[in-house]
Formats: sequence, C-alpha cells, structure tokens
Amino acid sequence: MALQAAAGQASAQQTGTQRTITLRIARSNPAHDSSTTGFDDFDVPYEKWTTVLDAILEVKKSLDHSVAVRYSCRQATCGSCGMMINGRPRLACFTKIDELNSSVITVEPLQNFPVIRDLAVGFDSLFENHREVRPYLDRENTELEGVPDGELKEYPQSPEELEQYIQFANCIKCGLCNAACPTMATDSSFLGPQALAQAYRYVGDSRDKGKDSRLKVIDDSHGIWRCHFAGSCSQVCPKGVDPAMGIQLLRGYMLGFGGGSGNNNQK
Amino acid sequence: MASVDQEEGDAGREAGTDSQDRYDGAGSSSSSGSAKTAADGNRAGVGGMINPGRYGIERVAYWLMRLSGLGLLAYFIGHIYETSSILQGKMGWDEFLAITQTTEGHILLAIVIGMCVFHTVNGIRVMLGHGGVGVGRAARPDYPYIPASQNYRHKLGIYTAIVLAAIAMMYGLAVMFGV
Ligand code: HEM
Ligand code: SF4
Ligand code: FES
Repeated sequence: MALQAAAGQASAQQTGTQRTITLRIARSNPAHDSSTTGFDDFDVPYEKWTTVLDAILEVKKSLDHSVAVRYSCRQATCGSCGMMINGRPRLACFTKIDELNSSVITVEPLQNFPVIRDLAVGFDSLFENHREVRPYLDRENTELEGVPDGELKEYPQSPEELEQYIQFANCIKCGLCNAACPTMATDSSFLGPQALAQAYRYVGDSRDKGKDSRLKVIDDSHGIWRCHFAGSCSQVCPKGVDPAMGIQLLRGYMLGFGGGSGNNNQK
Repeated sequence: MASVDQEEGDAGREAGTDSQDRYDGAGSSSSSGSAKTAADGNRAGVGGMINPGRYGIERVAYWLMRLSGLGLLAYFIGHIYETSSILQGKMGWDEFLAITQTTEGHILLAIVIGMCVFHTVNGIRVMLGHGGVGVGRAARPDYPYIPASQNYRHKLGIYTAIVLAAIAMMYGLAVMFGV
C-alpha cells in the first residue's frame, strides 16, 4: 500500500499542475536483521525541478522518517548520495525525476558496496583503495632543504601540463563508477575504476615524482590488469572524469604503447 | 591531502577490513576480509556482471567477448577430442565427422564461425584500447560530460566486429547448406 505525501493528492500522475510519482525505496537493515529486506512505496508530488533526493527527503519529512539516506551538499559536489536509481548508479541530488520518464522510480543502495541501512552504503573499501594508490604529490623532502623559513617553493606547471590530469582531478569519490563496473561485481579485491583513475591523475601530473611506487601498487592481479575496458564506469560518472580513459592511458603507458601520455617531462 | 600522507596502504586496508566486518552484525571477531559476509551481499555478482542492457554497446561487447571466448575454449576442447578420433583410423574419423554434416552440426559450426570472427575483430579493438589507442585525449571536462573514451571509433570497432561475424556466419551457412 503506497503512502501519499501532501494530503489531498488523491491519484497518481497529473492532478492539476502537480504531478505525482511512486517512489519505491529499498529497505534493509543488515546489522540488525538480515531477513527483512523489501521495498516500501510512497506517492510523492514533484515539479519539473524536483530531484530524486528531494523526493526522498519529502518522504522522510512527511511519510516515513526512518528511511536511511546519506547526503550533504545537494549539488553533486560531496559524492554522498550515490544510489541505484531505476537500476543505474546515479547521484540522487543530480537526477531530476522528470528526466527519468517513469511513473515509478525505484531507489536501491549502490551496488558493490556493503549496505549500512536502506540507501546508505559503507565506503570504507572505496576510500581504502583510493588511499592505496597514494593520491598525493610525491616529492623528496630534501627538495625543501635550503628554502628559507617562511618562503614558499613553487612547482610550476604549464597549462598543457595541467590539461593532462585536470579531468581526473574532478573526481568526487561518489563510487558510482565502482557500482557500474562488471569486474567490481565479482571481484571484491579489485582496486576499482575510481582508484585506478586517481592513480593516473597523479602519474599524469608533471609535479609528481612518486610514479614508481604508485605503479607498483596497481601492477597487481587485482589491479589495473583486471580492467576489461567495458566502459560502464565512464558512462555513469557524473563529473566527466572518464575513468575508463584514465585506466587505458595508464595501461598504455605501463605497456610502453605510447598511447598513454603518461608524463615524460618530469623535472 | 595532508591527512592521506599519514596512512600507508596496508594500514589503511586493515583498518577498513575491520570496519567492514562491523556491518554484518557479527562484531569484529572475524578478521577475514575475503569471506562473503552479509555486508558483501550487495555485490552485483555474476548476474550484475553479465547484465548487458544498462550501459550501452560497450558493455554488450564486453559480454559477447566473454561468451565467445568461453565458447571458443569449449569448441577448442571438443575439437581436440574430435580430431583425436583419427587414432581409430579412417572409419572412426568419418563417423565422427558425420556429426558435423547434420543440420544441428551446421548451425553449431556457424555459431563457432561467428564467435571466432567477433572474438578476433573485437579482440584487436580491445587490445588497442588497452594500450590507450583511440580512447580520446584528457581535457578539461564540460557539462554534459560525454566521456571521450566511449567514442565513435570504438563503437565502430564493435559494430564492425558484429557485422563481420554476421556476414561470416551467413556465408558459412550458405556453403554448408549448399545454397
Ligand atoms: C586472433 C584471435 C584472438 C584474439 C585477437 C583474442 C583476443 C582476446 C582478448 C583481447 C581478450 C581479453 C578480453 C577482455 O579483456 O575482456 C580475450 C579473452 C579471451 N579469449 Fe581470446 N582472442 C583470440 C582467440 C581466442 C581463441 C581461439 C580462444 C579459445 C580457444 C580464445 C579464448 C579466450 C577466452 C576464454 C578469453 C577470456 C574471456 C574473458 O575473460 O572475458 N581466444 N581474447
Ligand atoms: S570517477 Fe566519477 S563516478 Fe567514479 S568516484 Fe569519481 S566522480 Fe564518482
Ligand atoms: S548530496 Fe552531495 S553529491 Fe549528492
């Protein structure tokens, strides 16, 4: 039985200017009771600008406060609100109900991540794998010797050098790519498109000198060689990172193909 | 970024394994991260891996590549078994070969031809892609963020593989059924 938001909204679909969709929310609480999993339906009014996150928050506000969801920025910046929306990983705050062209919208927790409760999943593995590829500029401390106290040392970079990696620096760690990845679906040890693309973000940065240690991490049977270039990560990425490109460029670089631009002009 | 420097890979992995175990409600008594826990239950699994419908032609190609690779492997094993019948002399050989002269045999061989052509042509595309060839250039992304790696070159490669496979199958069927 579907609950309805906003009293007086009798039937679904068009009612004057206000339209209604059925929001099907996956419910589960594995830590508490792994047997009770299922869906709850809610009828929610929406406008042209209503996002899926808005609809979920409307449910929390007026129908069922117990729905668990994680969000923060509401503007596709924090990477918290990823979930399966009608079977595809998307950011709830960046997906308008209107664009889905569907009278029923099913929201489920992001695939390939452990469920905490309802729509909230644990990101420990995502952040671990991200850390593992050493996502920071690696420079020798000795380079700073002799720099007078209070003065800064610059590592200059040309616009062309910036262009090599800036796309990959757009990553907001939302995990949508890992949820879409077919290798991630069966291999829990795979580093995943998010981490591999970040490896390329630093390998491609002309200021970085940590290439060797970084490549050692990803040159692993559960590392870069597990990617089959199915491209699904890039199709769902909400920030244009195109992890599949980063991974292939990185692999090209490691194989010495020359297709990978890498960064050959380290100073 | 600074906080990231403090934690080296292994330490991070161990900490995470413990916290993952928390989610399955069993406390942190189990230390094996690889065991399939309730917390891992949301992994899409083989069904999610196979699902060819949601992510465009590139995912379909990935799926066909697996299927044809495994199909060819099965055929290869069968083929060795079949040709080993030569050890039983001409009679055994002819007897076994007769299997391929049936309608089912023709259709099976046509599928093998199709798998062979698709797997080879798409395999060349995949190898080029894996080497970073034809996957586009890194550039400052702009809304609506169309991924450059999912470009017409690779799509063309996939469609070429499918069309060539279809032509080869039709040719094979025509020859076998003697049209
Ligand atoms: C010229 C011929 C061939 C080429 C260019 C080729 C190329 C490839 C490539 C690039 C892959 C990796 C695909 C990926 O990363 O997703 C692959 C996988 C595979 N190939 Fe081939 N291959 C050829 C012939 C064969 C033959 C004759 C067999 C069988 C006896 C075979 C069996 C397989 C299998 C089982 C896989 C693994 C499928 C997977 O993991 O998705 N291949 N092939
Ligand atoms: S690469 Fe894209 S989809 Fe993956 S975590 Fe980063 S922003 Fe999200
Ligand atoms: S709420 Fe921050 S990305 Fe959606």
